[in-house]
Amino acid sequence: MAPPDIRQVVLDILERIAPDEDLSDLDDSVAFRDQMELDSMDFLDIVMELRKQYRVQIPEDEYEHLITMDSTVDYLTPKLADVPAGV
Amino acid sequence: MRYHTVIIGAGMSGLAAGIRLAYFEKPVCILERHTTIGGLNSFYRLRGRNYDVGLHAVTNYAEPGTRKGPLAKLLKQLRLRWDDFDLSPQNGSSVVFPGHRIEFKNDFAAFFDDVCREFPKQADRFRSLVSHIHKYDETSLSNEPASARSVLSDFLDDTVLIDMLFCPLMFYGSATPHDMDFSQFCIMFKSIFEQGFARPFKGVRQILKKLTRHYKELGGELKLRQGVREIMVEDGRTTGVILDDGTEIEAEHVLSSAGHVETLGILNGEWRMENGEDRVLNSQFFIPPSGEISFNEAIFVLDCQPRELGHDETIVFYNDAEQFHYEPPTEPLDLRSGIICSPNNFRYPDGDQLDEGYIRITSLADPDYWMSLPDDEYYPAKEEWGRRMVESAVQHIPDFRDHIIETDIFTPRTIKKFTGHLKGAVYGAPRKVLDGTTGIDNLYLCGTDQGFLGIIGAMLSGITMANNHLLR
Repeated sequence: MAPPDIRQVVLDILERIAPDEDLSDLDDSVAFRDQMELDSMDFLDIVMELRKQYRVQIPEDEYEHLITMDSTVDYLTPKLADVPAGV
Repeated sequence: MRYHTVIIGAGMSGLAAGIRLAYFEKPVCILERHTTIGGLNSFYRLRGRNYDVGLHAVTNYAEPGTRKGPLAKLLKQLRLRWDDFDLSPQNGSSVVFPGHRIEFKNDFAAFFDDVCREFPKQADRFRSLVSHIHKYDETSLSNEPASARSVLSDFLDDTVLIDMLFCPLMFYGSATPHDMDFSQFCIMFKSIFEQGFARPFKGVRQILKKLTRHYKELGGELKLRQGVREIMVEDGRTTGVILDDGTEIEAEHVLSSAGHVETLGILNGEWRMENGEDRVLNSQFFIPPSGEISFNEAIFVLDCQPRELGHDETIVFYNDAEQFHYEPPTEPLDLRSGIICSPNNFRYPDGDQLDEGYIRITSLADPDYWMSLPDDEYYPAKEEWGRRMVESAVQHIPDFRDHIIETDIFTPRTIKKFTGHLKGAVYGAPRKVLDGTTGIDNLYLCGTDQGFLGIIGAMLSGITMANNHLLR
């Protein structure tokens, strides 16, 4: 999967977790937390959704990479490199 | 088959926990002893009419699209949309004591002003109390128990105001006579006075059916008429459950909404704690005293809308005595105080209205009296005390007695039958187990005895326990 696919994956997950949020003007360089109502329960859900859908394991001490869309995509790129897009 | 988790009880907390587990693809099965879902908050059909039991109103109301607060958090966690619960806000409610009246209607500023108008000398003190409540993290699972009465008397020096604040919060959630744990007080204060009341047009059915459908679509199993007789324990760790019919079900984890003492009462072998007895064979357990706060509720169907009789308030919490007594009464019912609720008096969309009028009256009951009556005295006693409840209530709302076309009444005995709570304790045990642990590995509690309150609280309890113990 290439970075644009990964961005879409994360967007889909956010959409699922917070269906009432408008994600159309999400700024990729600004923390999710500053643009959406996300608490620690929600971050845990992002991690669990990634595990559920792509079997990606994210250890607790690496959650800090999931701050902005940019940092999340950078972090996930090597982990999802071998996963075909659209799965 | 071996389940990842077996959940005891298909109430709000069990269903919510089940949805979390099923969503993350854990094999999960909910076991419910009764023929229907809901537990304490359920519904039934009698002589051609639909009734709700438990739910007067959903607390923690938030406007559509609200992204903060318990309701928003709950919907996100369950992957539900705001519309799924179909909540309509209340008209307005009140707390009525001799010589004093405080109104509230999902508008905290208006409630705050009303308290200050009614108790002008307490205004500054009340402001400090509210700011203390706002700073307090009532959802922390590591809070030590603290007396809310003692915290409140540090801030306020008018005992009538203290009792008026306690009255609705205790009625809607305190398992402790006279007092509440301060965390519980804060949860209830915010959920009732700040966020407020709402109701789905179709009542509690709307929520329970939505949860059940969602749970099943995600692959969760639900078995009705399957009571758990025993929780299997080997070497201090649960291995599953045995049903009333003797069937063994293996599970890696068991999540019980049956109540704390009730759960310890069905552990197998040497681990068992005898029901109602304050002893346990294995001394590692904290022995929870069981709760004793219970209620009678009379539900009246009217031949008109309550509004046509001049009553448009949603809920009236009243107390006629000099002091508010929240405790099991020495009489069969405490007629000095009560709750009057009309499910008609919510702001349903497009001015829609329930077909018939309903008035529900709730009074504190002595569980021992209602449990011990033989059948031939029980039914007449329900009727007689129902009549006295109305007599006391019509001092606070227009007299509706000429308009009653149907009555149904439940008592602590009914509550015990449908929830399994000893003594029909509506709000469970006085001391909550916030982290949900039981002393047995892989056996956890959710629901009333874990300690988040109200309908939304019950669901958050199931979610939190699933997240903390079963999905890590």
